[in-house]
Amino acid sequence: MPAATQDPLRKVDDVAGFADVPRAEKERLVAEVFADPRFADYLYGCYECGICVAVCPSARFYDFSPRRIAQAAGRRDVDLLYQQMQEDIWECSQCFSCLRCPRGNNPGGVITIMREVAVNNGMSSAREALEGYSRIIYKIMSTGTQVSPDMLQPDAFPDWGPEVQDVSENLALWRRALPPETHHTTSTGWSVAERTLIELYLIWLETGALDMIRQVDEGLHMILEEVMEDRLEEEGIER
Amino acid sequence: MTTTPVELVLAKKERFDRTPDRRSEDFHEELFELERAGELLVQRVPDDFVTVSTKYGVPKKIPRAHLWHHKSCGQCGHIPGYSTSIFWIMRKLGHDYHDPSDQTSCTAWNYYASATSNQAAQAAVALRNFAAAYETGYFPLIHCGTSYGHYKEVRAEILRHPELRTQVRKVLEKLGKPMVLPEEIVHYSEYLYALRDEIAAQQVRDFTGIGVTVHPACHYYKLVEGDAIFDPDVYQGQRTAVVTGLATRLGAEVRNYSTWFDCCGFGFRHILVQRDFTRSFATMRKIEVMKEEANPDVVLTHDTGCVTTLDKSQFAAQAHGKNVGVPVMSEAQFAALAMGAHPYKVCQLHWHSANYRPLLEKMGIDWRAAWAEFEESVAKLARNEQEFVTWEDVGV
Repeated sequence: MPAATQDPLRKVDDVAGFADVPRAEKERLVAEVFADPRFADYLYGCYECGICVAVCPSARFYDFSPRRIAQAAGRRDVDLLYQQMQEDIWECSQCFSCLRCPRGNNPGGVITIMREVAVNNGMSSAREALEGYSRIIYKIMSTGTQVSPDMLQPDAFPDWGPEVQDVSENLALWRRALPPETHHTTSTGWSVAERTLIELYLIWLETGALDMIRQVDEGLHMILEEVMEDRLEEEGIER
Repeated sequence: MTTTPVELVLAKKERFDRTPDRRSEDFHEELFELERAGELLVQRVPDDFVTVSTKYGVPKKIPRAHLWHHKSCGQCGHIPGYSTSIFWIMRKLGHDYHDPSDQTSCTAWNYYASATSNQAAQAAVALRNFAAAYETGYFPLIHCGTSYGHYKEVRAEILRHPELRTQVRKVLEKLGKPMVLPEEIVHYSEYLYALRDEIAAQQVRDFTGIGVTVHPACHYYKLVEGDAIFDPDVYQGQRTAVVTGLATRLGAEVRNYSTWFDCCGFGFRHILVQRDFTRSFATMRKIEVMKEEANPDVVLTHDTGCVTTLDKSQFAAQAHGKNVGVPVMSEAQFAALAMGAHPYKVCQLHWHSANYRPLLEKMGIDWRAAWAEFEESVAKLARNEQEFVTWEDVGV
């Protein structure tokens, strides 16, 4: 195999925003991708027809191609897959338009797995991609709903028009003006029962999802762990 | 009789003829097999249902009533007229439902955005919600397109991977919940499509001449495509029939445009932390193309992310003098308006960004008077004469 810098399929090394790692480390990371139980369902081999690129929204605005991902995964190109995990995968829109693949491949699904491996291993691309995203993770994991009415703040969404300010200024009253009884909340999308939240916390703890946060944001992990364990302790639930 | 080549092709397409290798398997058999083996329970569709056809011709049962509303965090949080309209329509039709607080988000928006979760956690969240529905006896109706798509993925994984079933079963046992999958995973837009005649029977506003463009949600019909509804009478069976089938039934004029199959540009993480991409795609590939080719009065879609993206992306583009400026709403809000719903008290259009007022005027709605009514109801809340606006206040 040619040296990485001679490989015409790779982006130019000197624009790479990440440090190189030993080949064995790349192999270990890529092996985690292949070991995911979903991988075999997501990749059958690529015709190189390019339909996935034609339908891909991210390919129109980024130096990004689902075909390159499928091809690299198909031929087990460890160097290229590592580079893609550092540079490409966070550009994907996860719309799954690429499922139009005539071969039945799911490049978007392969990317989901690659992202999970990037998070699990605290790769720099994951940390960078999730900068500024902590409050969303906190919201979904601690409250059970992802976006809340009180997130609609004009300084967070200045490009969404003046209606954001109207909503923000009138929030409490406008939420009371909603007929569905579950909708009167401002800090969650709807009213989530206490017992339901505890069950959700148990899911995050039992499946290792909470542990994943530690790899990309230690501070957030600490806060979430405390919130969940305190709540479980109050309920007398031992793990 | 002469037949043109185009007619020949169309005649074939109307029969849903697809090559066998592109046909997805019917999951029902596998599902019931696992139930027989004692691995899981299957929650049956209630007896009162409508049968529709899916992409490869597999029949799908859509329950008419007794529904457990699996709400969407984006709808309830930022587009509350969306979920309110779904509930309002059900009440108007006289069908009972349950709006649970024992429900979490599917958490898939976060998963597709940040990957800070895993296969087992996502499956456990889905099955916890399904178990919660089963315990009430009501059948789940999924409001969000991404929840719907993700739950179909989870179902496929649960059916295919015994080790995942074991893992999820262990978690559910800790929660004291049964392992249940519903017989069908039903999206609210399928419900509205299946009941379009009932809805049209209660139409009080004339939508003749209202120009509509439809944006179909990727996670509805691209992700586990076999569940999506297709109808030979809508786009000759070549595109999903939901939204378009309802809008047409309500008398609106659905107009075609060349980027119909394109995503909206939501991107999950992009809409929150990289909106330059979302805005560019939504305006350049969707709204501007619609305006140029179809000049609609309204864009209708059937998912949380799509309404948000297509609506909110227009403000900045308008400031740059782009050819945008068309209201965006769900077909649930559109149908509710057709049935006489209040544009603010029910459809909550003041949470939307693109200018919807010319559309309301075309529908024969005096939006100034309607806004004054809404303000009066809010003033009552402010004076603490009333704690909340109730269903009774909005006529259902």
